[in-house]
Amino acid sequence: MLDIRWYGRGGQGAFTAARLLGRAASVYEGKYAMAYPSFGPERRGAPVWSFTRIDDRKVIDRAQPEKCDCLIVLDETLVTEKVNEVLKPESVVIMNTVKPEKYGFIQNRLVTLDATGMALQFLGRPITNVAMLGALLGVTDIVTLDHADQVVKDNFPTKLYEKNSALLKAAYASVRGGSEE
Amino acid sequence: MSKKEFMSGDEAFAFGVKLAKPEVIAAYPITPQTIVVERLSDYVADGDLDSQYIHVESEHSAIMAALGSSAMGARTFTATSSQGLLYMAEGLPYVSGSRFPVVMMNANRATAVPWSIYNDHNDSMMFLNSGWIQVYVEDAQEALDMAIQAFRLAEDPRVMTPVMVNLDGFVLTHTYELVEIPDQELVDRFLPPYQTEHKMSLDAPKSVCIGVGPEYHMEFRYRQHHDFDHFPDVIREIDSEYREKFGRGYGVLSEQYRCEDAEAVLMTVGSITGSVREVVDDLRAEGIRVGVMKLRYLRPFPTEDILSLPESVKAIGVLDKNLSYGYEGTVYTNVNSALSRGNRRIPTKDYICGLGGRNISKENIRQIYLELLNPAAIQEGEKVSFVNLHLDQEVDKNG
Repeated sequence: MLDIRWYGRGGQGAFTAARLLGRAASVYEGKYAMAYPSFGPERRGAPVWSFTRIDDRKVIDRAQPEKCDCLIVLDETLVTEKVNEVLKPESVVIMNTVKPEKYGFIQNRLVTLDATGMALQFLGRPITNVAMLGALLGVTDIVTLDHADQVVKDNFPTKLYEKNSALLKAAYASVRGGSEE
Repeated sequence: MSKKEFMSGDEAFAFGVKLAKPEVIAAYPITPQTIVVERLSDYVADGDLDSQYIHVESEHSAIMAALGSSAMGARTFTATSSQGLLYMAEGLPYVSGSRFPVVMMNANRATAVPWSIYNDHNDSMMFLNSGWIQVYVEDAQEALDMAIQAFRLAEDPRVMTPVMVNLDGFVLTHTYELVEIPDQELVDRFLPPYQTEHKMSLDAPKSVCIGVGPEYHMEFRYRQHHDFDHFPDVIREIDSEYREKFGRGYGVLSEQYRCEDAEAVLMTVGSITGSVREVVDDLRAEGIRVGVMKLRYLRPFPTEDILSLPESVKAIGVLDKNLSYGYEGTVYTNVNSALSRGNRRIPTKDYICGLGGRNISKENIRQIYLELLNPAAIQEGEKVSFVNLHLDQEVDKNG
């Protein structure tokens, strides 16, 4: 069982990313997945925690997971020292920031990228969810890049798909370093 | 061919309703309503579902419009949640007493005040006495499957009783899972168009007998009550046929999981069952004999199923996501009554949990089982307890 947690704000698409990952894993890779947002009223700008659980067998436990295997931060203003409480020793944190030096208090492996800059470059808008999905796959291989691209294609109209697809691949490559194909 | 899709409980249920082809949908779209009616509205607007969508001005009007369309012999659907269900209160016994087979989806949420849109069962529990059949589902797949089964059950000439299908708010309605979508042709064969003589008609006019005096009323209630006696057989028949056609079935009024030779059994309603199954597996792996009984239907109530629990059971716990203030959880009352009817003396304990969306962890469930394994203490101790209650502590805002 893999628990992936997404931190963002209403309107940034953190839940869409959680759902796209779950769909790629279940519909395209034959695994089981569950995706859900932090429950409550939906408000633009309010903090949103989203969750994706992936397993080889049907996911039936619906209790809120206390800790996660990957923490993905779309909006760094949500990060305080409290994030350490949701991390396991081997968890990885992937963060959208240009100032990684601010986060020395995070005890785990920290991967950073300028997802906002990339989103502005590819989409013309600071919507970072697809970039962060690409970064997650660059770090973890939870699902293949092709399958992620496929769910992005299913989710967006053609024109938006093309821009997001380019963003997905660029973010993937940026954290993959020289090792991508 | 059936296909698999990653859907929320809401989307799965809405898709099930679409496959059932209701001729009339009456709903009010404002909070605490779910996107079930939004999706159905899209289907109708896009021409994917040939149905009359009545956009009413309140839940009271929604149930009354449903009453009217069902009285005309049309397959009818409505959906609501929480305070919206409470606002329907007046219409519920009108529909059930008239024996009109309306199907309703209810997203279980807490009731005001304090107002909350989070999950518990206080809304639907208020209506166990409404004359409606009540079923509670565990996951998005069961939601879709029961959307289809509910119409078949409600419209069966031996039943002719409205059905309320309950989905836990947020926990099921907003959670995405892999769902297998049945083929439309198979659904059409399982659920043919609704045909009835029991309708308003200019060619064959009849009275709906909306009012009677004391000389007939009680006999009417007696028959309405005893008609429920044979509903379990119809439910079994429908579920077996569903399993044959679609490869999935859910048992009848309840499902026992690993209750054979169990010493302690927990009774559950709805989506919490999944976590409890996992705890049962963990404890069984440690050699601790426990099981879970998922109560699917609360009306009709699975009395016989409860009485069929093995002799090994030394204590029963009930997870109640509701509270009848001043007394106890409502499922607990019903479970104890079932045991009493069968003269089975098993110590029981009520665990009030999840009110207003309070989290219930697997560790909480494990502790409950460990407590139940000491039947003498259950026999002697407090009968009603609260899970995850923090009266003297600072409450974690994330639940």
